[in-house]
Amino acid sequence: MDYAAIFLIQVAYAIASLALISVGLAVIYGMMRVINFAHGEFLMLGGYAVILPVQAGVNIWIAMLVIAPVTVGAFGVVVERLVIRPLYGRVIDTVLATWGLSLLLIGLASAVLGYYQEGSKPPLGSVQIGAYRESGYTFFVIAVTLAIMAALYLGLKRTRFGLLARGTMQNPAMAAGLGVDTGRIYAATFGLGAALSGLAGGILAPISGVVPVIGATYIAKAFITVISGGATVLAGTASAAAMLGAVNQVVTFLATPVVGEVALLAAAIILLRLLPAGITGRLFRGGV
Amino acid sequence: MKISRRQALASATAAVAASAFPRFAFAQGAAIKLGTIADTSGPLQPFGTQKLQCIQLAVEEINAAGGLLGRKIELVTYDAQSSDQLYAQFAQQIALRDRVNVVHAGLQSSSREVIRPILRRANALYFYNTPYEGGVCDRNAFLTGTTPGQLLANLLPFMIKKFGKKIYVLAADYNFGQLSEKWTRKIAKENGAEVIASEFFPLDVNQFGPTIGKIQAAKPDFIVNTFVGPGHAAFYGQWAGTGMKKQIPIASQTFGEAGEHLRMPQELSEGIFVCYNYFEELNKPANAAFLERFRKKFGTNYGYVSDLGMSEYMGVRIWAEAVKKANAIEREPVIKALEAGLSVDGPGGTMKADPKTHHFVFDMHLAECKSRKFEILQSFDQVPPTNPDGVCDLLKNPDTNQQFEPKL
Repeated sequence: MDYAAIFLIQVAYAIASLALISVGLAVIYGMMRVINFAHGEFLMLGGYAVILPVQAGVNIWIAMLVIAPVTVGAFGVVVERLVIRPLYGRVIDTVLATWGLSLLLIGLASAVLGYYQEGSKPPLGSVQIGAYRESGYTFFVIAVTLAIMAALYLGLKRTRFGLLARGTMQNPAMAAGLGVDTGRIYAATFGLGAALSGLAGGILAPISGVVPVIGATYIAKAFITVISGGATVLAGTASAAAMLGAVNQVVTFLATPVVGEVALLAAAIILLRLLPAGITGRLFRGGV
Repeated sequence: MKISRRQALASATAAVAASAFPRFAFAQGAAIKLGTIADTSGPLQPFGTQKLQCIQLAVEEINAAGGLLGRKIELVTYDAQSSDQLYAQFAQQIALRDRVNVVHAGLQSSSREVIRPILRRANALYFYNTPYEGGVCDRNAFLTGTTPGQLLANLLPFMIKKFGKKIYVLAADYNFGQLSEKWTRKIAKENGAEVIASEFFPLDVNQFGPTIGKIQAAKPDFIVNTFVGPGHAAFYGQWAGTGMKKQIPIASQTFGEAGEHLRMPQELSEGIFVCYNYFEELNKPANAAFLERFRKKFGTNYGYVSDLGMSEYMGVRIWAEAVKKANAIEREPVIKALEAGLSVDGPGGTMKADPKTHHFVFDMHLAECKSRKFEILQSFDQVPPTNPDGVCDLLKNPDTNQQFEPKL
């Protein structure tokens, strides 16, 4: 019974962490049709934005929930202005440009910070469940992911910025004609996506550590989740993460982490064969 | 004397050739070339840097003492950037273009198996100076790291006696982890214990939640891990974060070799058991003198010298000793000198060549991590390398070229 509880908590955690690493990419891809190949490195920067301030004596929660998203969000705005803006509508070119950015960031981090990773223990201690123990941080990751998704839903659905952003993505010419400064909306949306990536990288840093190449661990899963989710940012990410995360973790429990990864990929292939436009190409249409 | 003729030609054609082939212009013909390929960047940087530094120190010391056979040693260095593909490329270059006299290279067992056949074909004498899963039997190769017969065969009986007979194995998913797990099963069985479960992780796995759940369900008496690299290091934090640290003890085949215990909170490393042929903490005059020379060369901020680095230092030392004994630099006399059972004393004690297997006999030390230091609990003098049933005998069968695996 208590083992079943641990099992379910771990499945929920896998779903939450998949949604967490994907949501920043989903905002940038889903809303702007920009394929950000440097997404993994945005997560890596978020991780360093936690680890380095904490080493300098900053409180870990402030580093994680404030410094990481603000720094990476600001970096995202700069990247949008310098790299992405001249390439809107040119998908292949943005792939190349962001891939170059990804290599540059990995190279810089390798040269400046190196691979002497600091070990850390996730905060919040542990929880006893029957005869078993589970890290308190696992529950935190699940809760904070739910909070991010809820805030994003309200932000897109209920605020003026959300309305303008969704309008701009649907029909930029019409939005501009109605007096919306579409350039600023693009910059803000890209910044939001980057900030969410930074936040995700920061939240995962105390569990998984940070090294310059850590982005490679996340990027494939994030892309698969976003593509499987389809065009709708929130409903797509949530439904794809729920399905793929559950498949991955259940199989990991029954077999090994390697087979778990294979099962995730197999599930994504079958899904895209049946629903070529992703889950939200068929279901949850018209959501956000 | 092909090389010197080429060099004569190069100097005759003077500046043009010299600028086209800067390497020839640099070499004076007298220097002995020692080639090394190390991972000094990429995820394996903390391992590779330490290994290269130890080679540099050993070469510098030999040169300061007058070199070898009156010639200086010149170090030819490549950074494989933690990539086995680059190992293949650089092994070709080092053997065929640089024509070095000896190669000391390789960290992961996968990289060793990439370059070992290349160097064998090129008749380039090869030293693999890293603790590994044992069993390589190749006349062209000398393996100066410890094997499971030295490491696990002393660590496991200690753990079994102290904690119990049920073992859970967590290992890296490549030849090092796979074969180490087989050795663990074999040695456990010989000591009346049992491996109740084994899990293998690709090097980029850094989430261990399901595994930690499964370990709790299996209730082993202790864990044996063969973790490699920064991804796997995340296990220690997650394990302690779940509150399991005090419940089930850990013995590791790799912990501390990149100085991990110095970079994680004390709570995570406390009470992990290891068994190596060298620790910085060894209380010996020769070790204190070595560490002083090391700090003088690389500063006090160098990290940690483990058995990984020491194997490189000793590998170069024993090769140099063999060159002196043979009074020659060529491959054949150097192999013969080592096969005569050559031995050298070093900071960690005496190492002696085992002629049949091209492995070495060491003093082993069992230690527990306490307050970010390894406290030596027990020492084992002059432990021979793994060679089950004497399957490897390079004196009798010099053409053998394979890696023997444990029979279960």
